[in-house]
Amino acid sequence: MSTQIPKQTEESSETDAETEPASKGDERRAEKRRRAAERREQRQAEEAEKAAADESTVELKVFRYDPQVEGKQEPRFDTFHVPFTKGMTVLDALMYARDTYDSSLTFRHSCRQAVCGSDAMFVNGGQKLACKTQISDLEEPVRVEPLPHAEVTKDLVVDMEHFYDQMEAVEPYFQTNEYPDGELEEQRQDRENREKIKMSTRCIWCGACMSSCNIAAGDNEYLGPAAINKAYRFAMDEREGEDIKQKRLEIIEQEHGVWRCQTQFSCTEVCPKDIPLTDHIQELKREAVKNNLKFW
Amino acid sequence: MYEHDVVVVGAGGAGLRAAIAAQEAGADVAMVSKLHPVRSHTGAAEGGINAALRDADSWQDHAYDTMKGSDYLGDAPAVEALCQESPEEVIRLEHWGMPFSREDDGRVSQRPFGGLSFPRTTYAGAETGHQMLHTMYEQVVKRGITVYDEWHVMDLAVTDEDDPAERTCHGVVGYDIQSGEISGFRARDGVILATGGMGQVFDHTTNAVANTGDGVAMAYRAGVPMEDMEFIQFHPTTLPSTGVLISEGVRGEGGILYNSEGERFMFEHGYANNDGELASRDVVSRAELTEVNEGRGIEDEYVHLDMRHLGEERILDRLENILHLAEDFEGADGLTEPMPVKPGQHYAMGGIETNEFGETVIDGLYAAGECACASVHGANRLGGNALPELIVFGKRAGRHAAGEEMGEAEVTTGRSSDWEPADYEFGVEVGDTGGSGTAAADGGAVATDAEGVLGAAVDRAQERVEELLSRKGRNHAEIRSAVQETMTDNVNVFREEGRLEETLADLREAREAYEEVAVSDPSRTFNTDLIHTIETRNILDLAEALTMGALAREEFRGAHWRKEHQERKDENWLKHTLISWNDGEPELWYKPVVLEGENKTYEPKSRSY
Repeated sequence: MSTQIPKQTEESSETDAETEPASKGDERRAEKRRRAAERREQRQAEEAEKAAADESTVELKVFRYDPQVEGKQEPRFDTFHVPFTKGMTVLDALMYARDTYDSSLTFRHSCRQAVCGSDAMFVNGGQKLACKTQISDLEEPVRVEPLPHAEVTKDLVVDMEHFYDQMEAVEPYFQTNEYPDGELEEQRQDRENREKIKMSTRCIWCGACMSSCNIAAGDNEYLGPAAINKAYRFAMDEREGEDIKQKRLEIIEQEHGVWRCQTQFSCTEVCPKDIPLTDHIQELKREAVKNNLKFW
Repeated sequence: MYEHDVVVVGAGGAGLRAAIAAQEAGADVAMVSKLHPVRSHTGAAEGGINAALRDADSWQDHAYDTMKGSDYLGDAPAVEALCQESPEEVIRLEHWGMPFSREDDGRVSQRPFGGLSFPRTTYAGAETGHQMLHTMYEQVVKRGITVYDEWHVMDLAVTDEDDPAERTCHGVVGYDIQSGEISGFRARDGVILATGGMGQVFDHTTNAVANTGDGVAMAYRAGVPMEDMEFIQFHPTTLPSTGVLISEGVRGEGGILYNSEGERFMFEHGYANNDGELASRDVVSRAELTEVNEGRGIEDEYVHLDMRHLGEERILDRLENILHLAEDFEGADGLTEPMPVKPGQHYAMGGIETNEFGETVIDGLYAAGECACASVHGANRLGGNALPELIVFGKRAGRHAAGEEMGEAEVTTGRSSDWEPADYEFGVEVGDTGGSGTAAADGGAVATDAEGVLGAAVDRAQERVEELLSRKGRNHAEIRSAVQETMTDNVNVFREEGRLEETLADLREAREAYEEVAVSDPSRTFNTDLIHTIETRNILDLAEALTMGALAREEFRGAHWRKEHQERKDENWLKHTLISWNDGEPELWYKPVVLEGENKTYEPKSRSY
């Protein structure tokens, strides 16, 4: 049951009334129908209350906002009571609420398995991927909001453009000046080196880190943890040459680069792929210092 | 209106590769996708990319394995192209920086996979698709290719000649999810559909929520036949509660399947006496369900996949992602206990009929990747053959669309001299219900010049959106879940005539219900209710074609098992199923499979593993 249901009932009883011709018998029948509708509404309200009290349902408080729709232009929270099933995730609960109670409830999601990075949200005060957050691990009511420090487009959807811009500002593509001879020859890479960059290549661009970062919140030009991690992924890849590493260090050393990080570890804490973001930023700071000493 | 030389619809593996190839061939390219590229479902692929990279291996062996795996329903020219070009494409990915798993000598690692005669599956842990998707998107960023992300393509702009083979595609109609803007995208040289899978036709699937087969349905309604739709791969190892995929890499590395009696049933019950767990996917899926049906399943639902004996070090090195998936989505610890698995919808072997360059029968319209059927997978796809298909055929379609000379195709499209009408009578009416919105000729237009055709398609899309937003009616979600339920219950691993017919009747009902569909969210901003409602129509068209194909094909081949027909019938059925929309009256027909390769003919043999 949701806050939306009584409204729907109202709408259907209005339609009934409009199509009613105006004879006395018809009026009586209309009155009867109106009372039946009232009783139905009351019953639904009671059921909703019962469901709310029932332990096998979970209560969600979901942020709602739509710049275009009357009644949603002022942000508000809607309450949904969703039947709990074992293994239910926050995403499952949101999908249930949308498909059962209110089809306008809006959030991004696709793969359902923590690899597409679409459904990072602010759940009970922390940045989480909705699809890999178990309801059973959360305190009720479960409060679901859009990612902080990003502009809200609608409900739980935020504008990701700024995040994408930062990701693309670090020349996020492999560069090298020499390839092996021979048409079907791969570049060689040590297992150790592959292992070194492995965690950094797991980023799914969900934006949780950027949203959790105080520095990014205060400095809109800060590259942010995800973009710096992307730079790390290439700077540490031995297949790129020294000269390219040089260029990469210059990019991340700029005014809004690695030196802005104050090692608060909030990005590392929220990363759903367990990437040691802060460690990567720190390591790049050390590399940058070493690099600068070289030219002293 | 936006205008480019080549417009690529979809930004997963095939779309990204197509866009890069078209740009390298000199075209001005744009990608239009309902998701941002890195959200595409290529990213969920786990196991790897088959490529004959080593001296002891050969593309010929890869082609042989693929033809056998296809149960001799793959077209040899397409299969050979896949196997010949996969090695150079894999090396290209490596040169673009893709972080493959490595051997001690620093070369890329390969592992065994089901149905392969050589360990030729190249991989990056158990997250090969994620690494491939991101590596290719990086190249798209590097090249500055225009991407219209979160634009849902609603329709194709195609001329309306009677014969689909005479039609021309001039572009697509897109809906900007963010703003609600509807706009034409004129494609001067070609449109490439790369919209991926159609798993949402079923309810237990490894596919993403976005995999609604949009491109296949659009092409179908514009007059391109759908090919071999009845061949759906059910992956043997998906998590029971969510359908999340557990990579074949687990079995490739030595993982073992057990039933409730603790028997290694693949051997002990004789399903695959040579290859056991590494038999082809269709074989393993049927074995698992047979175990469950005969009372040897666990909780009457699934079997166990055990990898504990591989040891923590090897698991962490090569299958780490599997540990996270089993833990996060099933609460199982793969290091200390076996993982519950059961078959789940995974892949559509069929799709938009194309030749080996990705061309469809409509001039200027191409398709590549899972949405296309070239056909390289025939009746059953081998593990590790989907990712090379994306890069090989994405590249080919991109080049061809950009105007590169590529020679004569050997695989035909449309009705050549050797087509054959089907004489199957369906007990239930199929096709268009004749009501508003789902009416015929989505692709057709009276105008013949590009701008006129595109303008008319935009107007129709506009009208459709206004209609859905303004009227009152049923929510699409109940219709979609009714379709998914009946498909999962009846058009699954095991199929029988009566239940397939019932499904066709259920689908008819769903089509009729869809006549009354409406969108209750009135917003123009990020209206996912509207997008899902439009997708549900695509799901309906695909589910129907799939079921029709399954009814008509009265044999057992590859992934298509029929209770009444327990043999592969080469005499009658070495042919592809095609379904043409035919302006709302679907028509079933056949064309022969091409078994003649470059230097040899692939003679059908009995298929045992």
